[in-house]
Amino acid sequence: MGAAVAFEGVVALLDRFPALAGVDLSVESGEMVCLRGPNGAGKTTLLRTCAGLVPLRGARAEVLGFDLIADRRTVRRHVGLLGHRTPLYGDLRVDDQLRHCAALHCASDAEASAAAERFSLEGRLMGVAIRRLSEGQQRRVALACLTIARPQLWLLDEPHAGLDRTSRDALDELLGDAVTAGATVMFATHETDSARLAAARQVTLAGGRVSMSAPAPGAGSSADVA
Amino acid sequence: MWREVWLICRKDLTVERRARVTLIQIVPTVLLILVVFAFAFDANPSLLGAGAGGLFWVAVLFGAVLGAKRSFDIEAEGGNLDALRLGGLSPAAILWGKAMALAVQMAAVAVFTAAGLVVLFSVTVTDWPLLLTAAVCGTAAFAICGCLYGAMTVGLRSADTLLPLLLIPVAAPVLLAGTRAFDVALGTSADQGWSWTALLAVVLITYVAVGWAAAGPLLEDA
Repeated sequence: MGAAVAFEGVVALLDRFPALAGVDLSVESGEMVCLRGPNGAGKTTLLRTCAGLVPLRGARAEVLGFDLIADRRTVRRHVGLLGHRTPLYGDLRVDDQLRHCAALHCASDAEASAAAERFSLEGRLMGVAIRRLSEGQQRRVALACLTIARPQLWLLDEPHAGLDRTSRDALDELLGDAVTAGATVMFATHETDSARLAAARQVTLAGGRVSMSAPAPGAGSSADVA
Repeated sequence: MWREVWLICRKDLTVERRARVTLIQIVPTVLLILVVFAFAFDANPSLLGAGAGGLFWVAVLFGAVLGAKRSFDIEAEGGNLDALRLGGLSPAAILWGKAMALAVQMAAVAVFTAAGLVVLFSVTVTDWPLLLTAAVCGTAAFAICGCLYGAMTVGLRSADTLLPLLLIPVAAPVLLAGTRAFDVALGTSADQGWSWTALLAVVLITYVAVGWAAAGPLLEDA
């Protein structure tokens, strides 16, 4: 399989600050990668850069075969990003939001219903305004929207934050299914029990660079230190 | 392209249908402006009648400022604009979809404002086609202009004050031409009403052209 992400010397400036200061990273298609690092290491910027949302420079920056240096827009339809904040319209009801996501990603109503069911949003919750939901419930709606989008590359920033045990398990299962289906998953987390996701590789960022790339705990093999 | 425009327009109108911000907040604010003017010029009712056309457009302009702010606030909240971009929507589709939805909301504001003028200032219409044409062109122009500057200021900490500061001067030609056309339509002036309406149409076309050119730079990295 080819590389889903191929970065060489990628630099991304946020208000003149080098949030990414020469990232070298290769992620294979179908791989699951866990991004680690202290606050401000560049994890969120790396995820947003992979989504084509951040202007960048570098020797090479390809995501799903699309050259981000030449064109950052085309790749966006093929990736799904869930950041710290939940991209939802607070005044919409859950069913309105899921219908909007389905229309945005050319998905059917059946796919929207299946996504709602996966995150236990069916029934009474469907008619509730998103603003009235708890943080964890809002996160579940956002994850359902991401499921509807059927991305080839999943980019998740602290995906387990605010979720209860059942929803965490549903998310783990979803990501496992996505990888099995050939999608690539990159997620950033500070949590230690996210190792349950059995990420194939752990990438550590520090100061806007990849400082270490190592197999997940239990996967064996030795670490590469940059 | 037009499927995407309709998608955004429908979403914004659904948000409005659920929240009713236009009906519950913007329309009462606009009507309050009329009431304040009615109190201020109560001693001179003829002045109120003569200035009814201008008052209409001032009130709708303030409504457009509030509507444009609201329209882009919901996109800044939670990073919704990023979600739209990740849906592969073109910046132009986002801008025109939002402008269409805002135009519909401003049309509602205009209807309530006109009703307020009839009740408070006892105005009578002498040229309905002129009045309606000018109202449609002016309302659409405010909506497009509002969305352009709403997109420019979305996510900025100073958006609350920056948006009216930028929008009101640029909307002045609509205010001027709309007021002149309404003066004729309401029978308070013998000016060339259709000439002013033609100017309104030219301003509207200019805003549309600027919108096509500016949508990408404004919304790509907002």
